[in-house]
Amino acid sequence: MSLPNILRRAFFGAVLGSLALLPAVAAPADEQYFPLQSYRVGPYAAGGTGFFGGFIDYLNLIDIRDGGVNGVKLTWDECETQYEVERGVECYKRQKSHAGIAAWNPLSVGIAYAMIDDVTADKAPLITINHGRTDSTDGRVFKYVFPLLLNPYSETSGIVNYIAAREGGQDKLKGKKLVVLYHGSPYGKETIPIYQLLAEKYGFSLEQIEVPHPGNEQQSQWLTIRRAKPDYVILRGWGVMNPVALKTAQKVGFPVDHIIGNVWSNSEEDVIPAGDAAKGYTAITTQASGAEYPVLQEIVKTVYGAGKGNLEDKKRIGSVYHNLGIVNGILNVEAVRIAQEKFGHRTLTGDEVRWGFEHLKLDPARVEALGAKGLFHSINVSLANHEGEGRVTFQQWDGAKWKVVSDWIAPDWALLRPIIEKSSLAYAKEHSLPVRDPAVEEATN
Amino acid sequence: MSDIAIKTGRRSLPGLSPQAFGVAALLAIAFGVVPLVGSEYLFDALLTPFLVLSLAGLGLNLLTGYTGQVSLGSSAFMAVGAYAACNLAFRLPGLPFLVDLVAAGVIAAAVGLVFGLPSLRLRGFYLAVSTLAAQFFVQWVFNKIGWFSNDSASGIVTPPPLSIAGIAVTSPVGRYLFTLSVVVAVTALVWRLVRSPTGSALIAVRDHETAARVIGIPVLRTKLLAFAVSSFVIGIAGVLWAFAYLRNVEPAGFNLDRSFQILFIVIIGGLASLRGAFLGAALIVIFPLGLARLGDALLGGLFDSGVLEMSQRVVLGLLIIVFLIAEPAGLSALVDRMTRRITPWITPWITAGRA
Repeated sequence: MSLPNILRRAFFGAVLGSLALLPAVAAPADEQYFPLQSYRVGPYAAGGTGFFGGFIDYLNLIDIRDGGVNGVKLTWDECETQYEVERGVECYKRQKSHAGIAAWNPLSVGIAYAMIDDVTADKAPLITINHGRTDSTDGRVFKYVFPLLLNPYSETSGIVNYIAAREGGQDKLKGKKLVVLYHGSPYGKETIPIYQLLAEKYGFSLEQIEVPHPGNEQQSQWLTIRRAKPDYVILRGWGVMNPVALKTAQKVGFPVDHIIGNVWSNSEEDVIPAGDAAKGYTAITTQASGAEYPVLQEIVKTVYGAGKGNLEDKKRIGSVYHNLGIVNGILNVEAVRIAQEKFGHRTLTGDEVRWGFEHLKLDPARVEALGAKGLFHSINVSLANHEGEGRVTFQQWDGAKWKVVSDWIAPDWALLRPIIEKSSLAYAKEHSLPVRDPAVEEATN
Repeated sequence: MSDIAIKTGRRSLPGLSPQAFGVAALLAIAFGVVPLVGSEYLFDALLTPFLVLSLAGLGLNLLTGYTGQVSLGSSAFMAVGAYAACNLAFRLPGLPFLVDLVAAGVIAAAVGLVFGLPSLRLRGFYLAVSTLAAQFFVQWVFNKIGWFSNDSASGIVTPPPLSIAGIAVTSPVGRYLFTLSVVVAVTALVWRLVRSPTGSALIAVRDHETAARVIGIPVLRTKLLAFAVSSFVIGIAGVLWAFAYLRNVEPAGFNLDRSFQILFIVIIGGLASLRGAFLGAALIVIFPLGLARLGDALLGGLFDSGVLEMSQRVVLGLLIIVFLIAEPAGLSALVDRMTRRITPWITPWITAGRA
């Protein structure tokens, strides 16, 4: 055999060999993709980096430790939104062409509102954990939208219940004065009517004061508060507004232990910049902070040990936003796992993952099995209830770390449900959407 | 001298000057080719916002570029247009959308007229500061008074679906074509206006108020007219923003940043030039997204999205400085210079094609 012949054979052999390999390359392994509309720059970067850092860390844990969910690898990419609606919409259009989308998690009320029509048309779930449009709790109307764990109304009810407990019972609220200091954004304004409703129900007087976005100047608002002399100030802030509020409160002499933070005013990033002024400040949360939970230990060992950790500053591991990202990761991954049990261990469509979210039931035993006992309580999502009866707890800042100061408290869902349904049914009528009947759908599914 | 010769040369070939030829070709592509080949991303994320902000830039250019009145309240007038159209659609559901569109423009013009009153006394920076009042006042009103946002708790208004003459426009292509048609129609009107004696009056007021008054131009009326027409155009842009692009309205979407964005579009694109608004919008709206996608594709695996975002801002800022140093009169003048070089080469081709 001459040399050219050998070369020719080698060449054809290589061609044939690569042809044989082609199908393996062309058919991708099963993957489930998470489009992340994250924000790592801009005024809300602290929340964005912590939350998306935790989310990515948990997805990484599942990939590295378990090789994905039942062999289906989890993938993701990030698109920077800067918490701006137009950017979020652009990211949505950019990322939606990717195959195998599991769920959208924009972590912005404005962006979520702008996506509701599109996700409904594209049949993909939209997760707004601990925030979002309250009436989307009614899954009969908002089929693809999930304000998981805690919608703004439940949060409000939880805070008022906590204040009542501190005062010695709900009848003690009568005649008390509460001020709500809220962020001048759709997120901040969402709870205005529900505070009014609770004020009427329990007989406390109420003043709601707006802080314009981003909230780095609050002198006049706190002077108003000083004049009003309320018993409690509820801080419904976001980003830089929170430390500024605590510092200004100190300046005008309002006692910090009578300021109660809401679920987006409860992080280390909110209190550390305020220094001494934050000592004794209490805030609501759905997930405890700290890195002692087994799932966090595994993330530290497996993910950060492999050099794949997402947080640049390792001190933030176990912080409130990081833990919220991890809880969000758990809920997303478990929804995929639950849907896989019904539809098969493969890449699922968005609509199938939506079914998974609608059957996302994690009791305290399952939460413990996931290594998250004490990190969050439980969740019980159904077709009609897209929030899932999340419990809340309260933690107090001691100057170095958060300390839990209450049990897991249940908001007053029965009181809130009729208001939610009134609003969602009005939305259904305005947009001529069908109202799903849980009994009928569960029978056919 | 040669410049004048070229210009008169153009006049002698009405409708088929290289410029008109270019515009016709662009329109043919925008209406005929793009809808067939474009993707949802192209329409919803690039072209529609580009067209809407071009229109807003065009409106501001009437005021700032042609009449010389600096305004920092553009996004307030967009907000007025958007909210007016939403409220008209909610409260008078019988009205056809095109009537809403024009009425919203007229309402924006009326508001613009009110906020234009200080221009009778103030100039330059002082006027710019007084237009800031419009910016803050309008945003505050929409935030504070629930009636405007249909009493929605969060302040976000979802406008009813776009429908023209009974036909629902729900696809991205449909929204793009609708936006394009409105932008072309309004641009044509503005083009007529700036070529009319009124247009010359605007420029006369800009160049020398006293001289304009001496030759008999009613300066006050001209200024107010500029404010009204400019706000009308920007208001229409606001309606398109609300109905064809975001399909969601909230006061924070029309903040001072947006006003600055529109002002930069005009300055970078070229003052007193219709084309400038479109060129400026392309640089401000489309170019950063292109850069973002390029950065993502090349370096996405190496850095996180925050680092990429920051470096893109640096690149964009540098480019803007380079552009403005190379041609302080804006991109439009840059294109002019280029076409002046190319025209002698192309004109024979066109005339040959005609013959």
